[in-house]
Amino acid sequence: MKKQRLVLRTVILIVLLGAVGYTIYSNFFMEKAEIKVGAEAPDFVLTDLQGKTHRLSEYRGKGVFLNFWGTWCKPCEKEMPYISRQYENFKKQGVEVLAVNVGEPKLSVQKFVDRYQLTFPVVIDREDQVMNAYEIDPLPTTFLIDKDGKITKIITGTMTEEMIKQYMESIKP
Amino acid sequence: MEQVKCECGHVNPYGTVLCESCGKPLEHTAKPLLDMRYEGSARRSQTYNKTIIDKIWNFFSSVKVGVWLIVITLIASAIGTIFPQKMYLPPNVTPAEYYEDQYGWAGKLYYELGFDNLYGSWWYILLLASIGVSLVICSLDRVVPLYRALKKQGVTRHESFLRRQRLFSATSMEDESFLETVKQRLAKRRYHVREENGNILAEKGRFSRWGPYVNHIGLIIFLIGAMLRFVPGMYVDKVLWIREGETKEIPGTNGQYFLKNEKFVFETYEKGKDNPAFNEAIDRVGSGMVAKTYQTTAVLYKRVGPTVPGEEPKLKKVKEYRIRVNDPLKYDHYALYQVDFKLNELNKMSFELIDKQTETVFGNLSIDLNNPKPSYDLGKGYRVELLSYFPDFYFDDDGNPATKSRVPNNPAFVFKMYTPDKPKGEVSFVAIRQTIEPFGDNKYKMAFAGVETRNVSALTVRRDFTLWILGVGGAIFMIGVIQGMYWNHRRIWLKLVNGEVLLAAHTNKNWFGLKNEVRAIIEGTGLMMPIDQAEEEKKEAQGGKGNGATK
Repeated sequence: MKKQRLVLRTVILIVLLGAVGYTIYSNFFMEKAEIKVGAEAPDFVLTDLQGKTHRLSEYRGKGVFLNFWGTWCKPCEKEMPYISRQYENFKKQGVEVLAVNVGEPKLSVQKFVDRYQLTFPVVIDREDQVMNAYEIDPLPTTFLIDKDGKITKIITGTMTEEMIKQYMESIKP
Repeated sequence: MEQVKCECGHVNPYGTVLCESCGKPLEHTAKPLLDMRYEGSARRSQTYNKTIIDKIWNFFSSVKVGVWLIVITLIASAIGTIFPQKMYLPPNVTPAEYYEDQYGWAGKLYYELGFDNLYGSWWYILLLASIGVSLVICSLDRVVPLYRALKKQGVTRHESFLRRQRLFSATSMEDESFLETVKQRLAKRRYHVREENGNILAEKGRFSRWGPYVNHIGLIIFLIGAMLRFVPGMYVDKVLWIREGETKEIPGTNGQYFLKNEKFVFETYEKGKDNPAFNEAIDRVGSGMVAKTYQTTAVLYKRVGPTVPGEEPKLKKVKEYRIRVNDPLKYDHYALYQVDFKLNELNKMSFELIDKQTETVFGNLSIDLNNPKPSYDLGKGYRVELLSYFPDFYFDDDGNPATKSRVPNNPAFVFKMYTPDKPKGEVSFVAIRQTIEPFGDNKYKMAFAGVETRNVSALTVRRDFTLWILGVGGAIFMIGVIQGMYWNHRRIWLKLVNGEVLLAAHTNKNWFGLKNEVRAIIEGTGLMMPIDQAEEEKKEAQGGKGNGATK
């Protein structure tokens, strides 16, 4: 009798706590959908200012520093020169930078690129498709993608040059 | 834990207050009336308290705890409405600064305590979940013993049980002929009559006692439905802002579906155009003030072939639909609802290149504000270059022109005008209603010539596979409420002891109705009308006197 009661209570409590635990876990600790650290970065194709198309999967074997930005976003503007400087050091070591502009006019993007003399490819996501796929909320958001195409880190918000250096170091193939 | 044997021979579980069979109080109580809650059954939580599991169980089994959980949740939910939640803040603001700027120290505190995302916070969800756990355990802990007690109740009740019921009378009767009449009348009133050794138990509406538990089951199903929303794929709730003429991916569909906004229409009631019956109402608020239609004429496309975001999609037309408020476009369990709009967003702006003195026009140009060209050739050696473009112009902290967003709300341009007599070009900064010439007085000017606007429609993208669960839960909840509210569980006992007839009655609600029913049943039989001992007690407290009804 007593034993049965204990077993029954334990089972019911486990079921209830399991349901509660799952809800809280899925709500707070699980990154939504496929965009999470350790998952494969969704492939995309975008065109840069020179008209050249860039496909993420073609960067396999190299580390990719994927940065989402907009010209109106002050923190993005602040970190761009840092990214540019660190890119110069790391491109020989197999780290590529892909800067995805969130659908602004080509003119604005071009002026921005000229002003900061950016040498890495800057592509424009005209229809927000890549932004949707990566579930970008705040700008800037940066994804570190290793040589196998896996996301190793997601950084939202602005970065210091030191951070950028460390991040690029971490995805060196 | 031993079981308790009553003098009637029935063996009760430990903790029982009233014998399940005969109702004799097993524990001595000083109160004259019996506490009939849960039929005096042994509520298990109250009796076993050994292991940690029992302790957790007992905590959630307490109705007091359950009520406090609900009160705390109510207070928390109310706090969440004091200031807007984070998700409703205007875009492009920093919450940390916004709350303080708008609401001062209270806003700052609100933000720092994490109330800006209250309904999605872990502790709020934990509160809701605790209520769910409390519901399950409270119900289980009460429904099982109650069911057992009602199932096992005996027809022959102990005298002390009957005497301590709220409605009770004792009548000395010469013969037993009244019994048949009473039995007939009870049956006519749809009582289920059981008889044993000349004792009677008449009962009806027992199923009303399950009402609260049925409604808890409904609530639990509802909570499960709400929980399932967190399972990927079960629930989609996104917003799509789409301009007229644009084709955009529908968010939340994994790049599968695209939507084209052919046209957005906003209509109002106007005098003379609408049914004359509306004239009076239109006069009251003014013509053109009341919205009549918000409509997006949309075309739904499905992507063909593999989905690679960013790639020019191959689209297949699926459906054309006029989306209106409460009339969504539905396809593949997705529904697109009309929720918002923005009229007359700037789309194109045209300018004329003129000589400031003579106002001679040397040509005009039209700028697509969503994709301006870097240079415009006006012919005959006149050319205008667009040096900078600010779609949503403002001066930033350093006093430089900048843009707040990518939306052309307040466009501003830096033009360089090349003319045959000014081959080096003149620079002019042009915003709405202002022109700045940073390098001195110019000969030429970009004169504003007109705008072209278009409307923007906002649609909510919904897919909800939990809705039917919520519906079922809600329906069961309602059934439970009705079951408990509109039926009463009434019982009438008759017992013959030494030429005396003991008559007692009990109901879980509506004592007035029960009294009327008893009165009708015993009318003309010579039986004494039972006295409401609870009311007598009240009177007694006020100085009256009385102890049951005796003849």
